[in-house]
Amino acid sequence: MEPWPWYISGPMIALVMFLLIIVGKNFGMSSNLRTLCTICGAGRSANFFRFDWKSQQWNLIVVLGAVIGGFIASNFLTENDAVDIHPKVVNELYEYGFKDAGEAYLPSELFQNNVFTDFKNLSLLILGGFLVGFGARYAGGCTSGHAISGLSNLQLPSLIAVIGFFVGGLIMIHLVFPLIF
Amino acid sequence: MRVIIYLAIGVIFGITMFKSEAASWFRIYEMFQFKSFHMYGIIGSALFMGVLITQIIKRFNVKSIYGERILFPSKEKSFSRYMFGGVLFGLGWALAGACPGPMFTLAGAGYLPILIVIVAAILGTFVYGLLKDKLPH
Repeated sequence: MEPWPWYISGPMIALVMFLLIIVGKNFGMSSNLRTLCTICGAGRSANFFRFDWKSQQWNLIVVLGAVIGGFIASNFLTENDAVDIHPKVVNELYEYGFKDAGEAYLPSELFQNNVFTDFKNLSLLILGGFLVGFGARYAGGCTSGHAISGLSNLQLPSLIAVIGFFVGGLIMIHLVFPLIF
Repeated sequence: MRVIIYLAIGVIFGITMFKSEAASWFRIYEMFQFKSFHMYGIIGSALFMGVLITQIIKRFNVKSIYGERILFPSKEKSFSRYMFGGVLFGLGWALAGACPGPMFTLAGAGYLPILIVIVAAILGTFVYGLLKDKLPH
C-alpha cells in the first residue's frame, strides 16, 4: 500500500479523536508518560505523580494499540517505506550527513542499531526525548492534546502551546541543526 | 469489551501515524523547512474535521455510547506554561522527529533506538514533576 495522502490522514486522526470522545474519553497521548512515571513509583518523589493510575489504564491500552498499529502498518501495509520528501530537503540532509534521506522511513544514523555505540547521536536522541517529555507536561499536552483536541475545542491556551511547538521546532531546525550536524 | 474498543482505536491511530508518515523524522524536518504541504495538510484537515466534530457534539448535546454527558474541560488560563513548555516540546519534537503518539508506533514498527527516546521522554516527564513548583506556570 502507498503512503496515505494528507486528505486521508488528517480526517483519520479526527476520526480517532471522535471515537475516543464518543466512548467518553479524550485524545491526548503525552499524559501516558506521566502515568508510566506513576507506575514506576514516581509518586514517592513528587506529588504530581500521586494519582490513581488505574483511571488512566484505558489510555495505556490505546498506546498499546498504537504499538500494534505500527507493527501492522510497517509489516503488512507497506512494501516500500521510503518517504518521498522534497528533493531540496534530500540535498540539505545529505549535506548534514543523512545519507538515506528520500530512501528510508527514518534516518539510519539516528534510528538503526549502530546508534547505540554512537555517543553523539545517542545523546541527541536522549536530549530530544527528554525535551518532548518535559515540554509536553509543562505545556499540559502535546500534538494530540493541544494541536488536535485543544484547537478543535477553540482553546486559546492550546493555540499558545502550538505556536510554542513551532517556535521550538523552527529554532531547532534552522539555528541548532547547522551547529550540531 | 471496553479494552477491545480502546485497543482497536489505538490500532487505527498507530496505522494512521505510520501510513501518513507523520511518524517519519524526515517529514517533521521537511515541515519545519516549509518544503511540503503534507504535514500542514494533515494537521489542517484533522483540525477542520475536529472543530466540526467538537462543535456538533457540543451544540446537539451528543451523549457518549454509554449515555453519559460529554464534557470538554476548558484549559487553565495562562501564557508562560504554554509558551515555555511548548517551545521546549518543539525543540525535542524537531530533534527526535517524534511526538508522544508516533514514538510508540515506531516502537511497534521495529525501530529499537526509539525506545531510548521513549525512556528519555518518561524521564523528562519525571523531572518536570520534580521541578513543577519551581517553574513559572
